[in-house]
Amino acid sequence: MATLDPEIARVQEERKKMEQQLASLNSVTYDTDLYGDTDRGAYVSSIPVNEEEENLEGMDSEVARKLASFTAPKSIMNEMPRGSEEDDGGMGGFKKPQRIIDREDDYRKRRLNRVISPDRHDAFAAGDKTPDVSVRTYGDVMREEALKRETEETLRAIAKKKKEEEEAAKAGVVKETEAAPAQKRRNRWDQAQDDGGAAKKAKAGSDWDLPDSTPGIGRWDATPTPGRVGDATPSVGRRNRWDETPTPGRLADSDATPGAVTPGATPAGMTWDATPKLAGMATPTPKRQRSRWDETPATMGSATPMAGATPAAAFTPGVTPVGGVDLATPTPGAINLRGPITPEQYNLMRWEKDIEERNRPLTDEELDAMFPQEGYKILEPPASYVPIRTPARKLLATPTPLGTPLYQIPEENRGQQFDVPKEAPGGLPFMKPEDYQHFGALLNEENEEELSPEEQKERKILKLLLKVKNGTPPQRKTALRQLTDKAREFGAGPLFNRILPLLMQATLEDQERHLLVKVIDRVLYKLDELVRPYVHKILVVIEPLLIDEDYYARVEGREIISNLSKAAGLATMIAAMRPDIDNIDEYVRNTTARAFSVVASALGIPALLPFLKAVCQSKKSWQARHTGIKIVQQIAILIGCAVLPHLKSLVEIIEHGLNDENQKVRTITALSLAALAEAAAPYGIESFDSVLKPLWKGIRSHRGKVLAAFLKAIGFIIPLMDALYASYYTKEVMVILIREFQSPDEEMKKIVLKVVKQCVSTEGVEAEYIRNDILPEFFRNFWVRRMALDRRNYKQLVETTVEIANKVGVADIVGRIVEDLKDESEPYRRMVMETIEKVVANLGASDIDSRLEELLIDGILYAFQEQTSDDANVMLNGFGAVVNALGQRVKPYLPQICGTIKWRLNNKSAKVRQQAADLISRIAVVMKQCQEEQLMGHLGVVLYEYLGEEYPEVLGSILGALKAIVNVIGMTKMTPPIKDLLPRLTPILKNRHEKVQENCIDLVGRIADRGAEFVPAREWMRICFELLDMLKAHKKGIRRATVNTFGYIAKAIGPQDVLATLLNNLKVQERQNRVCTTVAIAIVAETCSPFTVLPALMNEYRVPELNVQNGVLKSLSFLFEYIGEMGKDYIYAVTPLLEDALMDRDLVHRQTAASAVKHMALGVAGLGCEDALVHLLNYVWPNIFETSPHVINAVMEAIEGMRVALGAAVVLNYCLQGLFHPARKVREVYWKIYNSLYIGSQDALVAAYPVLDDEQSNIYSRPELTMFI
Amino acid sequence: MQASDRFNINSQLEHLQAKYVGTGHADLNRFEWAVNIQRDSFASYIGHYPVLAYFAIAENESIGRERYNFMQKMLLPCGLPPEREDD
Repeated sequence: MATLDPEIARVQEERKKMEQQLASLNSVTYDTDLYGDTDRGAYVSSIPVNEEEENLEGMDSEVARKLASFTAPKSIMNEMPRGSEEDDGGMGGFKKPQRIIDREDDYRKRRLNRVISPDRHDAFAAGDKTPDVSVRTYGDVMREEALKRETEETLRAIAKKKKEEEEAAKAGVVKETEAAPAQKRRNRWDQAQDDGGAAKKAKAGSDWDLPDSTPGIGRWDATPTPGRVGDATPSVGRRNRWDETPTPGRLADSDATPGAVTPGATPAGMTWDATPKLAGMATPTPKRQRSRWDETPATMGSATPMAGATPAAAFTPGVTPVGGVDLATPTPGAINLRGPITPEQYNLMRWEKDIEERNRPLTDEELDAMFPQEGYKILEPPASYVPIRTPARKLLATPTPLGTPLYQIPEENRGQQFDVPKEAPGGLPFMKPEDYQHFGALLNEENEEELSPEEQKERKILKLLLKVKNGTPPQRKTALRQLTDKAREFGAGPLFNRILPLLMQATLEDQERHLLVKVIDRVLYKLDELVRPYVHKILVVIEPLLIDEDYYARVEGREIISNLSKAAGLATMIAAMRPDIDNIDEYVRNTTARAFSVVASALGIPALLPFLKAVCQSKKSWQARHTGIKIVQQIAILIGCAVLPHLKSLVEIIEHGLNDENQKVRTITALSLAALAEAAAPYGIESFDSVLKPLWKGIRSHRGKVLAAFLKAIGFIIPLMDALYASYYTKEVMVILIREFQSPDEEMKKIVLKVVKQCVSTEGVEAEYIRNDILPEFFRNFWVRRMALDRRNYKQLVETTVEIANKVGVADIVGRIVEDLKDESEPYRRMVMETIEKVVANLGASDIDSRLEELLIDGILYAFQEQTSDDANVMLNGFGAVVNALGQRVKPYLPQICGTIKWRLNNKSAKVRQQAADLISRIAVVMKQCQEEQLMGHLGVVLYEYLGEEYPEVLGSILGALKAIVNVIGMTKMTPPIKDLLPRLTPILKNRHEKVQENCIDLVGRIADRGAEFVPAREWMRICFELLDMLKAHKKGIRRATVNTFGYIAKAIGPQDVLATLLNNLKVQERQNRVCTTVAIAIVAETCSPFTVLPALMNEYRVPELNVQNGVLKSLSFLFEYIGEMGKDYIYAVTPLLEDALMDRDLVHRQTAASAVKHMALGVAGLGCEDALVHLLNYVWPNIFETSPHVINAVMEAIEGMRVALGAAVVLNYCLQGLFHPARKVREVYWKIYNSLYIGSQDALVAAYPVLDDEQSNIYSRPELTMFI
Repeated sequence: MQASDRFNINSQLEHLQAKYVGTGHADLNRFEWAVNIQRDSFASYIGHYPVLAYFAIAENESIGRERYNFMQKMLLPCGLPPEREDD
């Protein structure tokens, strides 16, 4: 017994560990690995313009729309996304569905902070009536916003004062509270897992102190520009508890009781108070906080249970602390008590429960059943054994009475199947756990008849939405149609009250959002002016789409807002968005500005101008001015050159912003001007006249960010100017630019470089000026090693330097940097090389004198040899570009270069060898120009010796180099001789690596084409066999090269043997292989004349095997396609074969034969083969009733071919018999043929129409045609 | 609509008929088809100058008059549509 104890102890220990892990999973955590601290610099800061509107109709209609130009590959391409979409509908798809929230960064996540606002008053619908007091009017909203701002101001004042006091108090105290600032206010997503444990000391201050302890960047001065990357930390602190939010459940509340959210309510009803603090919950709640919870009166929170609300909404968050609240490790059950359960928690709970079920202790009965009766003895448990009774387990074992009302932990049922989700009633699609919150009502199986009509309607809407969201594609389609058709019947209110909260769901996936947005779009069309009260609500959920990183989401967002503005009208849109323009949250202002720009593009800029003007001149708040000007910027970005007609007025509206008292307003004004100038380029300079002076004056008085923005604006305006002015203004700005060359600010550097590029590329700026005034400083400040380290700096610097070189010439630039090719920093050398490559490729090397040439080659050789890592092949490309630009001048250096290459071909590193080989293929042409054939021959031999290379990438490059040499020096002069080279290539054809295959087949094909006679026929046959395998290659280029090579080989050694090989290959199973074989046969026939191939081919048709016969037919089809007119000599020969094929039982026979007939007919049109063609048409015609798509297609095309070859009249005569057939099915087919006939040759039919007799009052006859002179 | 129709031009019969007025469908009646034939014929006569010249000589009219006549006839080439018996 005693020996057992340590073991038990160990097991218990392990269990405990497991439990801890499990417990740590209970808290809601933020996985930084997964979500990452996204770099704000990586944002797309603006919506791209001028791209096509995306068709929202879905794939089907797109296929239909483009039918006229339908091609097979496109259909295959379209098929794929469609397939995956269907997969998403089901549960067990392999692709992990993507939740939107997972890829969002903190800034974008702020969308969840927004509250779907209550309906608003619709002044148009109400007419002159005074709005009811219960309705929120524009005035109410504005007042609320004002109040919010005031609260904000006051709070800021309080915070400031507190801070001052604190600082005064702290003056003496040592930095005791140092840990405090580390604990930032985080929203619950940010709560890191490890914070959850014991870090309660961090929560030293009360909630009130927290914002103070993080001075950081308060949100009042926050306009995060895309450039501000670094402040990820303080940005978390930006949000204080006033905007703390609302779990989805709460949204529904505020929705249901508009009164509760108005700030006018009692302080007890203030939002933050009621918000369940999930973050806090994960940690053991500190004393003080708990006391606050206790004090709160039972009526706290706005969460008044509403009739008809979702059960989740009705659940009052932790009014009285019950049950497990005080437990050390909160279990999911405990979490439930605190507030509405979030989907994440729900998932955790489900998961945990599942594990519990599987790992539950086995009962004695179960054990009895498992083990055999004899041979075992039941021992008494050791005296020291204590059953595990951890609180977490215990809690789970007994379901808490207060468990969520959404989902009861079921009674223990041994026979239950745990993996199968609960079936939703009435054929509804599967409900994900997070859906219960919204769709839970559907699960109560009430009698529908007992519900009131309103409730029934709600239920219907819910059902349809669930089908749209989770259903299979057909379900989705019908549900969507029903929603659209009945939109007006359902009413705007009930619809949007259901749809919009769904869109705010935290766990929404891309596909779901797309579908829901589509629902809104369709419903909007139908509801039209009824949406007015809901405009703001809709905007709240749609605006975030405008800054989504997914392009299609942005387009969708724009489309919805554009439709919305068309439905609701400008006045309503303005009324809905005006309060948000000076919202305290920068996020809201930003999205609102973007939404406004969409409204402007939908309803026209002129309509919006007066409003914009007023906003931009707002005296009340700088935020309003800022947003107004930002709207102008967004308009410019969104509609591009379409701003031109309104350019003048737009500039006038914002110009005063350049002198605004607020720095942010000045910055955004300059940025907007930049956007306008960019959009208007190259026109519209006259509109900017009024801002030139303030801009140029501004750059002398401003510093930092504002200066950067001003410079940016100038950079975009200068290219619009006339040469004379451009030169003048460039000189003016250059002083500042040159001063800023030294700026340590990265953002400033980039802007300066960009502006220099723009100025330099402008016409009026003289080369001399650039050379004397700009170049020295430019090179001194920018051509430093540090610039090469940052990717964006690097790119911008190379671009700017290339632009300068375009003005001042190659020699100046290359002369200045050529020495740096020998710099010790490799990234820097690479930057130099890239610049030289681009400059030389643009401008050639004629400017380069002999001294510079020497330096250049020397430097390049050095840089090439010294490179250690180069994935982008910069050095290689640079080398190639320079050598090709120098041309014959490179001759003296070739021995040296070849020496380097040879040495490097022998290098240990594969990458080096590969580059050496690649370099040969780039300079082969120049070597030929320099008459260095001997050297090339030598290189050829060296490469030949390296054909045993192991690394496929390198081998591919070596083959490529050999190919390049063979190409330039020809087959006869090649060393090693072709007869030695080719046998060495044969085994390499077996290599499965794509690069090797491609280069090898190219080389072999080249030899077969030009120098087949150097190799014995036997070797070619051997190659033929190898080639068969290459027909399986994935890359199309390889297959095409292979098929062509068959042609060359057949030409070289005669078709018989090659053909025999190919015909044998028709028997293989693989379809692609057979298809390629048929193509090869056709090519052989084309190159060696059809008569050499046709007898054997037709003979092969006698093999009673489907694949072979179809292969023959397909070959015939390709053959006649390739030989065209030549077909007239063979048509009579193959007609009996085609007759047979067209009467075959097998569909594919008929299909392939029909396509052969088509090609034949098209080839011999007008060559007098009508008799044979009519004969074949008689065999084709009975197939018109086929329904299989490929067959009917082939048949219809054959008939089209006949129309061309025989004339429309003949085919019309075939047609007439069925146009008025009593059976509709028959008529339909005949009219289809008639229609294509008509479209193809309408005019030709006039003479062939049947003679119709007149009837009573109707004249059907055409007497003109009987006229005779 | 059949599966095969998805791939050819007839898949959108309405669109087709909007684009090419003369195309037909299974429910076309004699009168409608005849109207199409007549209009196509007149259009063809007008479009081929030699044909027009031939008719002019045969009818002893000027070419312009012939063209005008044909154009006029295109308006109601077969007279008023007959009364529908059913429906």
